[in-house]
Amino acid sequence: MSRRPYVREVSKTRWYFRHPRYLRYMSREVTCVFIGAFALLLLCALGRLAQGQAAYESFLAALEGPWSAFGLLIVLIFAVHNTTSWFNVTPKAMPFQIGEEFLPGKYIVAAHYAVWIVFSVAAVFFAGVL
Amino acid sequence: MNARIVQLDVLRYDPETDSEPHFQRYAVPCAEEWVVLDALNAIKESIDPTLNYRWSCHMAVCGSCGMMINGEPKLSCHAFLRDYDGAIRVEPLANFPIERDLITVADDFIDKLKRVKPYLIPARNEPVPEGEYKQTPAQLMKYRQFSMCINCMLCYAACPEYALQPMFLGPAAIALAHRYNLDSRDGGRDERQEVIASNAGVWECSFVGACSEVCPKAVDPAAALQQVKVASTIDWFKERLLPGAAK
Amino acid sequence: MAKSNKPIVWSLFAAGGTLAAFLAPALVLLFLLAALGHAPSLLHYSQLHAFAARWFGKLFLLTVIALFLWHAAHRLRVTLHDFGLRQDAAVAVVVYVVAAAGTLMSVLYLLRI
Repeated sequence: MSRRPYVREVSKTRWYFRHPRYLRYMSREVTCVFIGAFALLLLCALGRLAQGQAAYESFLAALEGPWSAFGLLIVLIFAVHNTTSWFNVTPKAMPFQIGEEFLPGKYIVAAHYAVWIVFSVAAVFFAGVL
Repeated sequence: MNARIVQLDVLRYDPETDSEPHFQRYAVPCAEEWVVLDALNAIKESIDPTLNYRWSCHMAVCGSCGMMINGEPKLSCHAFLRDYDGAIRVEPLANFPIERDLITVADDFIDKLKRVKPYLIPARNEPVPEGEYKQTPAQLMKYRQFSMCINCMLCYAACPEYALQPMFLGPAAIALAHRYNLDSRDGGRDERQEVIASNAGVWECSFVGACSEVCPKAVDPAAALQQVKVASTIDWFKERLLPGAAK
Repeated sequence: MAKSNKPIVWSLFAAGGTLAAFLAPALVLLFLLAALGHAPSLLHYSQLHAFAARWFGKLFLLTVIALFLWHAAHRLRVTLHDFGLRQDAAVAVVVYVVAAAGTLMSVLYLLRI
């Protein structure tokens, strides 16, 4: 009896097509591109703000337009995807034991969504949209 | 027996004659309530006695009959034929080398399991006359779900990070280390942290969560690994910001 | 086997992810409105300048920009590995240097306001 174990190679670049759960995972991971791009946009806005009124207002004027609106809509979709995928797994990282039993995860998730909605409404209100 | 014919495409590999694995189709008369393991047993008994696979308990306790069934890591004793349409594809557990047919080489997992010291390391050895190590129900509940692991390796077959980086200690080993770290009777956390808080330990995990989705015992290894990350991060800051803090 | 130093970047990643989860959609919405020609009053020069002039405003803007950047940098490092780019050490240097530079730049900008 000779041993000759056979190793099945896994593609380093296409492995995530093998199962829908891996594609779901990758869709969560690529949100970082959009969060990062938005952070750079904020940095850019801050830089122009520091340069004075004329520079900042030309930044706002450059931001206006259908293409940047479309881009920001995509960023918004991925930002919401980051939010939901982040909140939905919070009970895993932060289990909460009361007496013997653990608080059911759905309450931890629901609390995050509630705080999110309150924060978002407050932020939009503070910004003068409503 | 009220039989229906089920087609099984089974991956075969004979290290003495085959250069690579190939599928072999079997048409197996099966009863309605059978699981995939029953169909494999029927093949071995009356169609092809050369088929090799591991199994023992037939009741999702021993953890030895894990296989890829239609691409999904499953215990074959837990995969009911009635849940599948058409031909069923049966392969050895992914991410492990194939020893022969449906049997994989588990040495890597066994070695990793040993390294995390998955047993109680009491903080102090109490003399027998002082009685047993007592634990409250709340202390038991802290780690109970992680103690349900049967070492079936389905989580390793589901984990893409283990597939991409075989050095990774992996879901079950770290979840079991966490199980003993959470045990009020245990004092071995420092020893285990040296292993699981390393780069090839918990930090190779990117929280795909597949391990928890495929676990047949409803253990949540992904949760264990996240908790280990949080605890290891707190350790890291303590070790640096609080001089003289326990390591 | 030595303990890893990943906790330093992971803690920034986790803090940034949490902050982004709570705040990013609302903040993106404000800029989306601006792109549509309806900039909310906070994004007007006078209001935003007044906000960034106060210490609370500075702290808020620095926290948001820096943590979003560190969050994105660390996750991008992992994601590039997942896409098959195996030069992890080089990727790590690039993404963390960008995040650190962005953090430093926002400090400098805020000091000028």
